[in-house]
Amino acid sequence: MNPTAPESFGLIPVAGTVPLGWYLILSALLFVTGAVGVLIKRNPIVIFMCVELMLNASNLAFIAFGRYLGNPGGMMFSVFVMAVAAAEVAVGLGILISIFRSRENINVDEINMMHG
Amino acid sequence: MPPVLVAFFSAQVLLFLIFGLGALATAITMVLNPNPVRSALFLVLNLFCVAVLYLLLNAYFLAAVQIIVYAGAIMVLFLFVIMLLNLGAPDRAVDRLQWQQPVAVGAGLILAAMLAVTITASVPAVPVVRARTPQMAMAGVGTVAQGGGAARPAATAPGASGIPTGADPSLMTDPDTMGTTINVGRTLYDPVQPYLFPFEVTSVLLLIAVIGSVVLAKRRNPGEEMNP
Repeated sequence: MNPTAPESFGLIPVAGTVPLGWYLILSALLFVTGAVGVLIKRNPIVIFMCVELMLNASNLAFIAFGRYLGNPGGMMFSVFVMAVAAAEVAVGLGILISIFRSRENINVDEINMMHG
Repeated sequence: MPPVLVAFFSAQVLLFLIFGLGALATAITMVLNPNPVRSALFLVLNLFCVAVLYLLLNAYFLAAVQIIVYAGAIMVLFLFVIMLLNLGAPDRAVDRLQWQQPVAVGAGLILAAMLAVTITASVPAVPVVRARTPQMAMAGVGTVAQGGGAARPAATAPGASGIPTGADPSLMTDPDTMGTTINVGRTLYDPVQPYLFPFEVTSVLLLIAVIGSVVLAKRRNPGEEMNP
């Protein structure tokens, strides 16, 4: 890549570079897709996958901001987001297996208590 | 092709359009697909598309981490649990909240419109162009400028491939090189920067998650009463 090429912070591409606004729009659309998926799905594993989609969209915004502002904090934050996502998936799937052992059904409409 | 179109449809813009639309299409397909296994596989495709976008943003290390950790480890865990719980069949349960799906889609559209308005109002309408010379890249971000490209020692200058070969503090904030593995590591473990302590706390968090998931998924003995 040309190290002296200009870059744009707006929504209009300049000299063949992708502007920051495009990444933010794409990140917002991915986030909304994940949020709608969390709301309309009944299978908790698919709900977890939609949460992963939302975390991934926020990672994209973090990295785009970090790269366009020249601040490495964006990438550091997405490292932490990935670690938190891994921890969340491990604990959440453990809870799902535990619920499935006790009632053989993990439709979220049927689950109304965490005890027992 | 006219020169305007050539300048617009550069390789970078074309790659962004292809993989951005691919990420969006696979995400929507993942949400709409009734089969959990196919949803998981579409999510893997989506993660690959986003990894390509990370590469376009010069975040090389995170693109590799995205594929290895997300697509390699987390999604395999998802597929294992789907097959362990025998949830591969499409969802045929009776939906008790029939009205919730259109309301959720409408709320999602409202959220998308609000985010779009926020983004278009907050980014500058006219393109703000910043020439990416090393001096200007560091001058505009509030970081300490530690010498320009001309002041770099010859031993730590980037090699022929553009990948830095040594520890140069100015490369850690240069947008083109701060995503390489060496610069991510040097930023993460730099005691001057505020990322070292959260990183160590993250290791404790992962340890807690491992112990918690083992305890939660452990098969209980039939005679043992776990709950008081």
